[in-house]
Amino acid sequence: MIKTFDPNNMLSKITVDKVGVEERVARFQTRSIKNESKLQGLKMVLNMIDLTTLEGKDTPGKVQQMCYKAQHLHDVQPDLPTVAAVCVYPSMVSVARKALGNSSVKIASVSTAFPSGQSTREIKISDTKFAVDQGADEIDMVISRGKFLAGEYAFVFDEIAAIKEACGKARLKVILETGELSTLDNVRLASDIAIHAGADFIKTSTGKIQPAATMQVTYTMLMAIKDYYDKTGIMVGMKPAGGISTSKLALHNLVMVKEVLGNAWLTNEWFRFGASSLANDVLMQIMKSTTGLYQSSDYFSID
Amino acid sequence: MNILKTYKIYIGGAFPRTESGRYYPITDSKGNTLANVCLSSRKDVRNAVVAARKAFGGWSEKTAFNRGQILYRIAEMLDGRKGQFIDELVLQGISKSKADKEFQQSVDRLVYYAGWADKYQQIASSVNPVSSSHFNFSALEPMGVIGIIAPQENSLLGLISLVIPAICGGNTVVVAASESHPLCSVTFAEVLHSSDVPGGVVNILTGKVAELAPALAAHMDVNALVSSDLGELQKPLALSCVENLKRRFTYMNSDQQGLNFVTDLQEVKTTWHPIESIGGATSSY
Repeated sequence: MIKTFDPNNMLSKITVDKVGVEERVARFQTRSIKNESKLQGLKMVLNMIDLTTLEGKDTPGKVQQMCYKAQHLHDVQPDLPTVAAVCVYPSMVSVARKALGNSSVKIASVSTAFPSGQSTREIKISDTKFAVDQGADEIDMVISRGKFLAGEYAFVFDEIAAIKEACGKARLKVILETGELSTLDNVRLASDIAIHAGADFIKTSTGKIQPAATMQVTYTMLMAIKDYYDKTGIMVGMKPAGGISTSKLALHNLVMVKEVLGNAWLTNEWFRFGASSLANDVLMQIMKSTTGLYQSSDYFSID
Repeated sequence: MNILKTYKIYIGGAFPRTESGRYYPITDSKGNTLANVCLSSRKDVRNAVVAARKAFGGWSEKTAFNRGQILYRIAEMLDGRKGQFIDELVLQGISKSKADKEFQQSVDRLVYYAGWADKYQQIASSVNPVSSSHFNFSALEPMGVIGIIAPQENSLLGLISLVIPAICGGNTVVVAASESHPLCSVTFAEVLHSSDVPGGVVNILTGKVAELAPALAAHMDVNALVSSDLGELQKPLALSCVENLKRRFTYMNSDQQGLNFVTDLQEVKTTWHPIESIGGATSSY
């Protein structure tokens, strides 16, 4: 059943205390994580990555190479997990499906005229259906930021609900593109709209706009997930994407998820990192922990 | 009024304090404290190597002529701060006349390598005779990030003698300054900072050789390690260099100058280019 927009439910106008958010976020970055838990955390980060390539110049070869990497992160080191998923354009889903075979690595496809979302609803729905038909397990849609900023919240809500319907069994991640939403209040409102419209995940950014996944924004979205969970008992996933390229920042994000939402979210079913270069940095940190030597990118696969 | 200066380290074109928050005092020959300088840690080495690696692409791709201009600019800026350097050399315990001489030699050395920047490639490259239809030639390419342990004595001249030929050839460097006489090296970083040398090309750390040298030697992203004779540290350092097949150079004459200081830190790339027929001296390549 397609959900319908209910302004009374949605426009409760929760305002976000920006200074408070900054202070809370700063505190997450002061946690001391010692060697053993750090190694465990790093492996967890690897397992939560959506390895991503979203460029006009993507070729089948590039996607195949990335799919291979997704399953063989660094074969010199035993006991490494795979990443959670690969994230590609709809036209590359069939290539990824073939390259991944029976692997447990999922395929996420962006859709709805990614990254701008400036197209008609018919095209967005057929874009989504095409990706699902090609074998995508997850759909990363973008919201219509222009409509959102113009105050047409019902339009944004209905669009998300329609795409959710088109997804069928595929899980839906809703990209808010927070870099274009200007304020944390808007981020919170967009999160609430997406969650109520049926998002399985909410995601910060396309990776095409700066700033992307700042901790302040991610925290605001986590709070929206928490409030919804407290009210309804329904879990929604979170995916910060764009700008998380170091292990340190990734670990800070895990600390934040744990302290805001709790352990239940510390799995790739409910938390993901959208990133292209993060995996190599995490691998280098893991090798540093294992060998005691600072590493060089020369010895890791190109991403 | 005499202001006691705080000497900081130089990483990626900025002057941070050591991440470890440790310092050690530098004293003159009478035991008076001259200054506190940073006691850098291996995490500073890590940060410096990251900065050096980041700067390597841009620096190695500058034209040879431009690198020469920048080295000459360093000489100009160094010469402009003659008084300060000589004061520091004297404070660290050598005579005025020796300090004068060391400073003059340092400026000369910079000009010397500024001249070599767009010439060593022609001198050291070669066209090789081969017994097949190939035009075969060897050209030099910089190694990458070079770790340098500056000599303890001649703290200015020794530093310049090892650092400048390395960057002349397009490498970027992480330097452990003289442990006992570090003042000039930090002041030299200020010279570099105002000489069009891009941030990260030269990174200068102060601290214990016994702490910094092993960190540089074991780092997988450092391509070569250069020093004067380090005595009993030599052997463990050489062993640490094995892991990534790091090049290791020990100069007994580290206050000398010469083309080999530039070419030692270059890899040779040989290219086999097919040609139609084996020509003589006047072949058509």
